[in-house]
Amino acid sequence: MITIVDYKAGNLTSVRRALEALGLPCRITADPETVRKAERIIFPGVGHAGAAMSVLRERGLDSALKEAFERGTPILGICIGCQIVLSHSEEGDTTCLDLLPGECIRFQVDGRGLKVPHMGWNAVTVTQPHPVLAHLKPGDEFYFVHSYFPQPVDSASVYAACDYGGIFPAAIGQGNLFAVQFHAEKSGPVGLRLLKNFAEWTPC
Amino acid sequence: MLSKRIIACLDVRGGKLAKSVRFVDTKDIGDPVEQARKYYLQGLDELVFYDITASNEKRDIMIDVVGRVAAQVFIPFSVGGGLRTVEDCSRVLLAGAEKVNVNSAAVGNPRLIAEAACAFGAQAVVLSMDVRQTDASPQVPSGYEIIINGGRTPTGLDAVQWACRGEELGAGELVVNSIDADGTRQGYEIRLTRMIAESVGIPVIASGGGGKPEHLYDVLTEGKADAALVASMLHYGEYTVGGIKDYLVGRGIKVRMPKDESWTDRS
Repeated sequence: MITIVDYKAGNLTSVRRALEALGLPCRITADPETVRKAERIIFPGVGHAGAAMSVLRERGLDSALKEAFERGTPILGICIGCQIVLSHSEEGDTTCLDLLPGECIRFQVDGRGLKVPHMGWNAVTVTQPHPVLAHLKPGDEFYFVHSYFPQPVDSASVYAACDYGGIFPAAIGQGNLFAVQFHAEKSGPVGLRLLKNFAEWTPC
Repeated sequence: MLSKRIIACLDVRGGKLAKSVRFVDTKDIGDPVEQARKYYLQGLDELVFYDITASNEKRDIMIDVVGRVAAQVFIPFSVGGGLRTVEDCSRVLLAGAEKVNVNSAAVGNPRLIAEAACAFGAQAVVLSMDVRQTDASPQVPSGYEIIINGGRTPTGLDAVQWACRGEELGAGELVVNSIDADGTRQGYEIRLTRMIAESVGIPVIASGGGGKPEHLYDVLTEGKADAALVASMLHYGEYTVGGIKDYLVGRGIKVRMPKDESWTDRS
């Protein structure tokens, strides 16, 4: 059973529908106790890092997620869920969950004719093999919508990269935590396959 | 770099797929959910559904269509037509759409754009504009005017100025639909698209007039569009998404080419 964390941050329905299409049992919850005891967690989201963190704190989900992480529960962060697992975000100068040391940084693309947010399909390149990314082929594209990107302190935590006016980390992880900046649930077959890989992943 | 997107537009009336020529003569041509699924499997990048149902009582049919699409199609899609309030927008987003398309209602009440952007984020709000060429005047300096109510009512608003205003109000993307080109299949309105793309900092989706792959090439290069909307080219089975993309790749355009076509989902 996959537990989808509900903290008023958007794309829960999309994630649930994608898991259902894959035949993977899931539930959506805002209850910290359920998150603590979850077998497997997806932590999705769209929106503002500051707003996301304040809802997590209000609902006591921040400590529940930390405990689940420390217990070794496999966790997949998506989009905002990939950003707020880091220590800090430039968006609203927000202190985040700090499951993985690092910072979320705003795109600086001034004068290069690029638009922020980075919105649309872009190629993701695996930089370090990981079971969740096992199926990726060179040039596979995923759907992105974001203005900030994750930058872990340790480059060994980066598993895939993307190019938008410069290379940025698109998938990061440490131990039982894996997180992707793109919307796997809206990235067609290649995204569904990533969700399935996560559902089958046993962190060592 | 981002890929240029191919977006299929599906006009839905009373739950059925319809297609118009110059905004009139609409006829029913199939099931929108089945079509959406077919294009998704062909490698489409995004979908737009316009609800052209005349009566308000039938709006619930559209919500049902949105829910069924969301359960079978795993690419972004937006829904437009008859969205007048933030609550209307909220219903389609909760049913599973990523984005809402606002058009006539935003002309009458521009605050709708700002309120929707504030409630759901700019990335979820697409400002769709129907545009007709007219004589340039002090009121309409670009020579392109915004028309509302499905092509019936001229507004006296300049299209380029309205596009800029929409961006300021918080729209995350613009659909620029040329009424003159709509349904003609003679090519997109390049000049209009380019004029708007050069005036705003948000993605511009060209709409109206796509009849063959080279029309997409033209509007994605000369027209400076980030994406092109297609309808009849696909609906009548003359082209496939893959066929259009092969053509564009052959001419050096970066588009997404899904590689693992055999692996979709269990359904």
